[in-house]
Amino acid sequence: MTELGTESARLEIIGDDDVVRVRQLARSYAQQVKLSLVDQTKLVTATSELARNTLTYGGGGAAEIGIVRDDHRTGVRASFQDSGPGIPDLDLAMTDGWTSGNGLGLGLSGARRLVDDFELDTEVGRGTTVTVVKWSR
Amino acid sequence: MDRVPILRIGDVLLVSIQVDLQDQGVLDLQEDLAEQLSSISARGVVIDISAVEIVDSFIGRMFATIASVSQLFDADTVVVGMRPAVAITLVELGLTLGNVRTALNLEKGLEILRGTRGRTGLEWAQPPPEVTR
Repeated sequence: MTELGTESARLEIIGDDDVVRVRQLARSYAQQVKLSLVDQTKLVTATSELARNTLTYGGGGAAEIGIVRDDHRTGVRASFQDSGPGIPDLDLAMTDGWTSGNGLGLGLSGARRLVDDFELDTEVGRGTTVTVVKWSR
Repeated sequence: MDRVPILRIGDVLLVSIQVDLQDQGVLDLQEDLAEQLSSISARGVVIDISAVEIVDSFIGRMFATIASVSQLFDADTVVVGMRPAVAITLVELGLTLGNVRTALNLEKGLEILRGTRGRTGLEWAQPPPEVTR
């Protein structure tokens, strides 16, 4: 996936208020690359779900959000990293409505539908990293 | 943390969410509403989200929970003022708001509350239809 440049920031996710900060940071980058209002809303909603996953299931972690560019477009990339228990059954975790906790089971599967690129790297006992990109059209 | 104020207008409880709510704020609001519903005989709850920029699964679940709780206290819940971008995102996220009623704006929301109660009252007031031979 395209790497983040200098226009990026890192946020620790250790509490409720950090989820709100992630949303605000994602929103400001989305506005900078002039995503449409609907795409801004989709990206911010996806980052909200993923940040909460990092907090709830990963036991906290960090988010890295910033602007990415390729030959003909710009976008916003958001990456969520935790050192939690990892996801043993990825297919199951990506299923709508399935949850290992008290959630609605829409976090991962829903977030994937809201973005353009979605990458998930997980290992049991090591942690999980989810990276998403929303490109401007 | 600041709590979302709950206003009482007649027998309707009005909540207007004006800030980007933390998850704990969402849970507090749920509790405060249940408390109010149990202490006054409210007919309905209107939740105005016209200032809300995103609704994720956590906030979406709050609407469903409040709707279910209010039913236990014989009150209806209407969510009003959803932004178009929020509506599109909710559908793609896969979140169905279950039995949560929605209305375009506050005025229509209050109309719905009057309507549901009005009809129910009328039905009860009417004698059973007579069987014609």
